[in-house]
Amino acid sequence: MVDPFVFYLAIFVLAIFVGYYVVWSVTPALHTPLMAVTNAISSVIIVGALIAAAANANVENGWIAKGAGGLAAGLAAVNIFGGFLVTQRMLAMYKKKEKK
Amino acid sequence: MNADLAALLYLVSGVLFILALRGLSSPETSRQGNNFGMLGMAIAIATTLWLVSPDTTTLMIIVGAVVIGGGIGALIARSIKMTAMPQLVAAFHSLVGLAAVAVAAAAFYAPESFHIATADGGIKMSSLIELALGTAIGAITFTGSVIAFAKLNGNMSGAPIMLPARHLINIAIAVAIVALVVMTIQDGGRTAWHFWAIAGLSLLIGVLLIIPIGGADMPVVVSMLNSYSGWAAAALGFTLENVALIITGALVGSSGAILSYIMCKAMNRSFISVILGGFGAADGATAAATGIQRSYKAGSADDAAFIMKNASKVIIVPGYGMASAQAQHSVREMADMLKKEGVDVKYAIHPVAGRMPGHMNVLLAEANVPYDEVFELEDINNEFSQCDVAYVIGANDVTNPLAKTDPQSPIFGMPILDVEKAKTVLFVKRSMGGVGYAGVDNELFYRDNTMMLLGDAKKMTDEIVKGL
Repeated sequence: MVDPFVFYLAIFVLAIFVGYYVVWSVTPALHTPLMAVTNAISSVIIVGALIAAAANANVENGWIAKGAGGLAAGLAAVNIFGGFLVTQRMLAMYKKKEKK
Repeated sequence: MNADLAALLYLVSGVLFILALRGLSSPETSRQGNNFGMLGMAIAIATTLWLVSPDTTTLMIIVGAVVIGGGIGALIARSIKMTAMPQLVAAFHSLVGLAAVAVAAAAFYAPESFHIATADGGIKMSSLIELALGTAIGAITFTGSVIAFAKLNGNMSGAPIMLPARHLINIAIAVAIVALVVMTIQDGGRTAWHFWAIAGLSLLIGVLLIIPIGGADMPVVVSMLNSYSGWAAAALGFTLENVALIITGALVGSSGAILSYIMCKAMNRSFISVILGGFGAADGATAAATGIQRSYKAGSADDAAFIMKNASKVIIVPGYGMASAQAQHSVREMADMLKKEGVDVKYAIHPVAGRMPGHMNVLLAEANVPYDEVFELEDINNEFSQCDVAYVIGANDVTNPLAKTDPQSPIFGMPILDVEKAKTVLFVKRSMGGVGYAGVDNELFYRDNTMMLLGDAKKMTDEIVKGL
């Protein structure tokens, strides 16, 4: 049985390649929205925050984990809402020339 | 069973994130892409909540945190000015960095909840390495972004701050961090101060890395920190064995790296030299030496209005000066007036114009400039020779012909917009005193076909509108 780590590493390496090709295809005009949206999606780190917040409070240091989880969830939430909404606001501004 | 289904759902959200970035290949598909991103995030969060089945206390913590954080985020997103976008992005990066450190701290303190504990109460070695990496990169992202934010927001001078022997200091700290990681592995992650020392030293390195980098290099720094926040997320994704986090980390990491590369290439600088810092500072002598009075032609708004009205083709070249004067709406108004006069108006954007990749495009879009009138460097550069007027507003280094002719110049080799080939160059600049961020004088000011329009970018453009 191969260590699961190897599978995750494979996903990671392939995702870097996907990222490489996808990002090169992004039009330079949208580089600012690209940064805003990558910011928002990297806040998927909130899954770690949720797991931490759900840590068992009765074990040693359980409350430290819960507190850190709550803090991380709050920070990530700022980014998720802020990032996606500001991206949406920016993208709504890109308009084509009106055809007369 | 549950775990398998959850893993598949995380994969779905990872794929949706890929589609979110894919959508950005054109403005038409971008809005749908953003929706994919939101859907992916919702799936990831819902799956996690389902998986951990939180008790009432936990649920209260989570809901409280998300409501407060989400509320703040939504409020900021609605009220932020488009010109402040670089600061905002830097601030958001810092939050991802800090969140990564907090998650790593939680995993360090309560390894059972993360399924990374060993039978004897320690933490698995591979997990410790991932956690240490996540902490270090997260902490560097956090303080680095805070400094970048302060520089972009004007809380701190954009000038590079050079500590003596700073490379030695950085190397010493890096060595200390590696030593601490080895120590914590040997002891199975049982000593809390190891973790905090790693975090603390990384916070310090984040500050030291960014303070020597000057304002004009901020597009590279912001992209680089973007990349870091991705790698921090990916490192923790391995600890959590979470596919969504790993895919996202890889996407964001490579996205930021590519943007940094594009920015460096557009300045003809190596990534290393940007990171080592100090653009402009070493060139103070050049700037001073060229400070001799040279004659230039100054014009008024009315002159400019007259010239442009009689032109058949005008190319507008915006730069950071347009952003800082908030002149984008005036520029669009001017372009509208010119179009009414039958003038062909286009916009030319250099990749490093402004303080972050794509900064100018967003501002022009905000001012309702249709995106098909806005062109990138390589698409429009050969049109300058056929145009009557190049209207340069707040862009300096990116139009400096010295980049092509003077091998001594710090910006030599940087691809520039060939505005000097236009019949007339109208150059809006606050005063003749300042030099660009690279600290070099612009040869363009003294050319016969250049007319300097000295004044605030917005006021000058407004006056031209009146003149038209």
